[in-house]
Amino acid sequence: MHLLKFTWLIALMILYTGALSARGIYQTSDNFLAGIFKQKTPPPQTLWLTGDKKKTVADILTHDYPSLRVRYWQAGHLSAWILDETGKERPITVGIVVNGSAIETIRVLEFRESRGWEIRHGFFTDQFNNAQLTDKNRLDIHIDGISGATLSVRAMQRLATLALYLDSQITR
Amino acid sequence: MSLKIKTIGLLLALNVANVQADTPSATEMWEIIQQQQNEIESMQGAGKSASGASRTTLGGYGEMHYNNLEDNDGAREKKIDLHRFVLFFGHEFSDSIRLFSELEVEHALSGDGKSGEVELEQAYVEFDLNENMQAKGGVFLLPVGILNETHEPNTFYGVERNPVEKNIIPSTWWSGGAELTGIFGDSFSYNLGIHEGLNTSSTDKYAIRKGRQKTSKADAHDLAATGRLKWTGAPGIELAATVQYQENITQGDDSDAGSAILYEAHAVVERGPFELRALYASWDLDGSGPASIGADEQSGFYLEPSYRINAEIGLFARYNQWDNQAGNGSDSEKKQYDIGVNYWPHPDVVLKLDLQKQDNDSGSGEKEGINLGIGYQF
Repeated sequence: MHLLKFTWLIALMILYTGALSARGIYQTSDNFLAGIFKQKTPPPQTLWLTGDKKKTVADILTHDYPSLRVRYWQAGHLSAWILDETGKERPITVGIVVNGSAIETIRVLEFRESRGWEIRHGFFTDQFNNAQLTDKNRLDIHIDGISGATLSVRAMQRLATLALYLDSQITR
Repeated sequence: MSLKIKTIGLLLALNVANVQADTPSATEMWEIIQQQQNEIESMQGAGKSASGASRTTLGGYGEMHYNNLEDNDGAREKKIDLHRFVLFFGHEFSDSIRLFSELEVEHALSGDGKSGEVELEQAYVEFDLNENMQAKGGVFLLPVGILNETHEPNTFYGVERNPVEKNIIPSTWWSGGAELTGIFGDSFSYNLGIHEGLNTSSTDKYAIRKGRQKTSKADAHDLAATGRLKWTGAPGIELAATVQYQENITQGDDSDAGSAILYEAHAVVERGPFELRALYASWDLDGSGPASIGADEQSGFYLEPSYRINAEIGLFARYNQWDNQAGNGSDSEKKQYDIGVNYWPHPDVVLKLDLQKQDNDSGSGEKEGINLGIGYQF
């Protein structure tokens, strides 16, 4: 009898949690860009990572960037970046908007790790708003972490720093 | 002769003209480069998903300690110990089935007469049931306390892990069995598991730590069940509680002992450079055997405030109090005071120094001195 109740409980939990989302796509890149640029997404541009840029990017990420170039979207003072970084085992896809050398928006678009899903929440991502780059290529603000999600938090900090650096390298 | 030269010159001119006609313009060349780059990236991506090698991940951590401690009988202990060398191996069989494992060498040498051990602390296969619920089977770390699941040396203060989680919970604690994990609401996560139980004895004064079977031909006559609820609904804050039920902590070998329940709760609060960790854990053991020596209650708590001066340096203090025979009036309570510093030259590398002082009600076995450590993870 107790086992039957336990089985029903588990079944209800599966049904209930099926309506939520931890791993998976939270927002597509197209939707993210459409929201930022009010349905008039500019064509993508390319920033090549050569010479000092390649080295600085590797310093920020603590590893080489997996490509020779980065795509971005730009309109006026706004630049948007869709970047991947691994927390512990799987890449996290993040959309970042920089406005006038400061972060305006950062969103987790796709989360593939088995732990650290809390970084998608606004209470975490909102901490990055208005963050800027210091002379040493670090964020100029403190980000409160999430216990048990240390590696995902650090991946987000690296991507925010990278977006600010890349924004400083594009020509307007 | 002149005709030959003219003919050759004409042929060369025609050839150059043909070559120029076949050469792309700078714009066309740029498009070709971009197309090639796209193809390279797409091939790299395809390789990642199709290749078995790229689905296998490797990680690890390790720590070496120097302890210079003197007890209240004047005996001084000085030792250097490669306390842990750990390798993680993970593999993605598919997008929804994965393996995770943790192989550890403790104290550098293992075997007959050696002080160390080779231990398999994690080896489980996890299945995604849906986007918010996973099931795992195998050997896994039990969801209890702050350090039991996250104990890489760069993630906590102090050279040695705190004595409360070590002696009461008891960390590091792993078991073979099955577990469901998942999330609900915006900020709650849960664990529900059935796994091997403890197997302690009266010879060991029913000490919980002595009862870990480590999934090594573990006696499975009496299983255990663990449930945890965790809230992480604000940046820097974790509130969690675990309850565990053991059917019989001697696996039926001791008729004077029976079931047991563990209650554990903790909070982690990080605000800017300040952090506070607080944990309380308590065991309630049934049976006249544990009650006769006060082991029917085993409990402890600690408070650990810390302050991060900058990204590289952090200071901490910790007060620990625990008692593995708290059920009677014997002088078995122990206290330990720690203060120290962590230095992170890199986020994944840490150097540690701390001072410890113990104050035991029994007046014996109190260790006081300095600990140094170096650790890493990757």
